[in-house]
Amino acid sequence: MKTIALDQAVAMIPDGASLMIGGFMGVGTPERLVDELVRQGKRDLTVIANDTAKPGVGIGKLVNAKSLRKAIVSHIGLNPETQKQMMAGTTNVELVPQGTLIERIRAGGFGLGGILTPTGVGTVVEEGKRRIDVDGRSYLLETALRADFALVHAFLADYLGNLSYALTARNFNPVIAMAADTVVVTAEHIVPVGLIAPDHVVTPAPIVDYLVTNT
Amino acid sequence: MDAQTIIAKRIAQELRTGMLVNLGIGIPTLVANYLPPGVNVFFQSENGLVGTGPVPEEGMAHPTLTDAGGQPVTALPGACTFDSAVSFGLIRGGHLDMTVLGGLQVDKQGRLANWMIPGKMVPGMGGAMDLVSGAKRVVVAMQHTAKGKPKIVKECSLPLTSVRPVDLVVTELAVISFPDNRATLVETAPGVSVADVVKNTEAELVVPPQVAQMAI
Repeated sequence: MKTIALDQAVAMIPDGASLMIGGFMGVGTPERLVDELVRQGKRDLTVIANDTAKPGVGIGKLVNAKSLRKAIVSHIGLNPETQKQMMAGTTNVELVPQGTLIERIRAGGFGLGGILTPTGVGTVVEEGKRRIDVDGRSYLLETALRADFALVHAFLADYLGNLSYALTARNFNPVIAMAADTVVVTAEHIVPVGLIAPDHVVTPAPIVDYLVTNT
Repeated sequence: MDAQTIIAKRIAQELRTGMLVNLGIGIPTLVANYLPPGVNVFFQSENGLVGTGPVPEEGMAHPTLTDAGGQPVTALPGACTFDSAVSFGLIRGGHLDMTVLGGLQVDKQGRLANWMIPGKMVPGMGGAMDLVSGAKRVVVAMQHTAKGKPKIVKECSLPLTSVRPVDLVVTELAVISFPDNRATLVETAPGVSVADVVKNTEAELVVPPQVAQMAI
């Protein structure tokens, strides 16, 4: 793990990169990284996340800045701007059931090719997918997802990069941390090693590549 | 009593102590306000919380204690938090006793459409498809009609949320269940006749000789 300044962390991310971003309606989203992506004018990003929050909040800021080429998300209902860009065809939005989305990401991070889920069988979600029967029940084969970068927001990070999370700000964060080539973390507090008890570490330090310094 | 209150009060009667329950946005959220005395359930918010409590008092909101709509909630004693994979493991893995969701249409067999109106409203399915596929019991809370048109229809014209039929539909007019995949009238609301319900329902409704009245 290396510590890195905010601007340098975002400078590593090229236009066209795929990003997994933590957060649920903006709660648990690394806002400083999102703000810096907008400030540096990144373009053609593919974002994989639960939702696009609201205009001006979390991933909604990237939508407002027209930074996205594609969004793979479960919900855009509270962001009219995302819906507008989807209807206009300027942003490609792939809607995925929430439980399927998080399991596809988990599969990507856990070395699996995909998962079998009953969710979506017989609905429009099934289109173009393989249906597989196991013990008399039907499932869809949903393939694994990975990204170039995971942008994670933690509550505590220690000097080695062990992470813990706060309440409902956990959501996608520990799962995306497993599923990207480069893992970049912001934390509310950066604390000495040992302050997060071993049992309370949720994301182990060895998978964190960069910890953004607090100012 | 307004339509939403009738629906929420009636659904609250389905709750039993110890159940794990997920309430959707809108009318379903109101169900928590009418929990019968002595009944204690665990409410799940699918963003990663079991033990969801009421909306906090003014000035007491915490930025990382929110519901699935991103709105501030409280956590009751014994609450716990977890990531989204665990949250949907609870939902899909058969651990969730009941889910209450809104509906746009329900067909004659009880199949629900509630996540999009093509060309008009495409909010995304969020957790709805997992909830309907995975919960032990699925209860739909919705108004009986929309702009005078029945919402309980022969065939859904809107895309289905799941092919798994729901267990119960509660409206301001009636309670309807789906034994043998056939829409069946269980109860009528106070002051509502069987004929009123039939008139406002497009799907063929099985009407037993005795239909109880909602005790709300």
